[in-house]
Amino acid sequence: MSTIEISCLEVWREISNFLDDEVSSEMRERMEAHFKECQHCKAVLDGTRNVVGLVGDGQLFQMPHGFNKRLYKKIQGAT
Amino acid sequence: MKTDIPEQAQLRANEAELIKRVCNGDREAFYELVQPYERLVYATAISVVKNPADAEEVAQEAVLKAFSNLASFRAESKFSTWMLQITYNEARMRLRKAHSHLYESIDDPRQSEDGDYWPKDFADWRPIPSELFETDEVRQAIQNATNSLRAIYREVFVLRDVQNLSTKETATILGISEVAVKIRLLRARLQMRDTLAPGIDGCGVRGQPYQKVRPW
Repeated sequence: MSTIEISCLEVWREISNFLDDEVSSEMRERMEAHFKECQHCKAVLDGTRNVVGLVGDGQLFQMPHGFNKRLYKKIQGAT
Repeated sequence: MKTDIPEQAQLRANEAELIKRVCNGDREAFYELVQPYERLVYATAISVVKNPADAEEVAQEAVLKAFSNLASFRAESKFSTWMLQITYNEARMRLRKAHSHLYESIDDPRQSEDGDYWPKDFADWRPIPSELFETDEVRQAIQNATNSLRAIYREVFVLRDVQNLSTKETATILGISEVAVKIRLLRARLQMRDTLAPGIDGCGVRGQPYQKVRPW
């Protein structure tokens, strides 16, 4: 049985859920079939996945130097 | 309710013990309680106020507030979630005070997530050279791209994708529904991709001037 086609707009709406593995198996199948055919949506998928991979190490925002010490001092001085 | 996995149950038990000690006057225990979440607190603050100096002050204020209100903490939520809720509220308050005169209010209803976002048409993603990957320059470029997102998208993006919190936790901290978290995260990710992808090196936010974000 062939999968039901899906439009680019529908793919974009679900692309984030797709990356988080939060789409139904039927939707996943339809989207995967679409990515095989549609270069634009495949590029959107890859780029979006790259974004998530780039920022996901939690290191994006470096705490200012001495942050912990100053925080510790504040707690010491708290009433 | 789902049962905690063993490590989480252990963590909660440890935290409950620390909280008891703090309530009995042990200040050191409070630092021990908060210390694992320093980075999360800081990132939550900076996702709202953007600027490192303000974020540090917000983080300090939030931690002090948590300290003086610790007795009112009910273990219905995780300590970290409660701590981040305080941080988020503190950051919003600061922003309201600082920007009350500005045109784009943080509560601007036009900042809605209604409508579809049309991703730009790039052939593919230019690979980022691995030696650049760890550099401050790249981090700065990603930070700039993050800062070019509107507040409602940036907050969700930082909690979900940068700090890897769950949809549910993010929703609780920001006081919005899980559906709203997902919708905003989708928009944020697509826009980040458009900002950092090849062929364009600026942010495409309507009504904002062109900003170069990719230095390489």
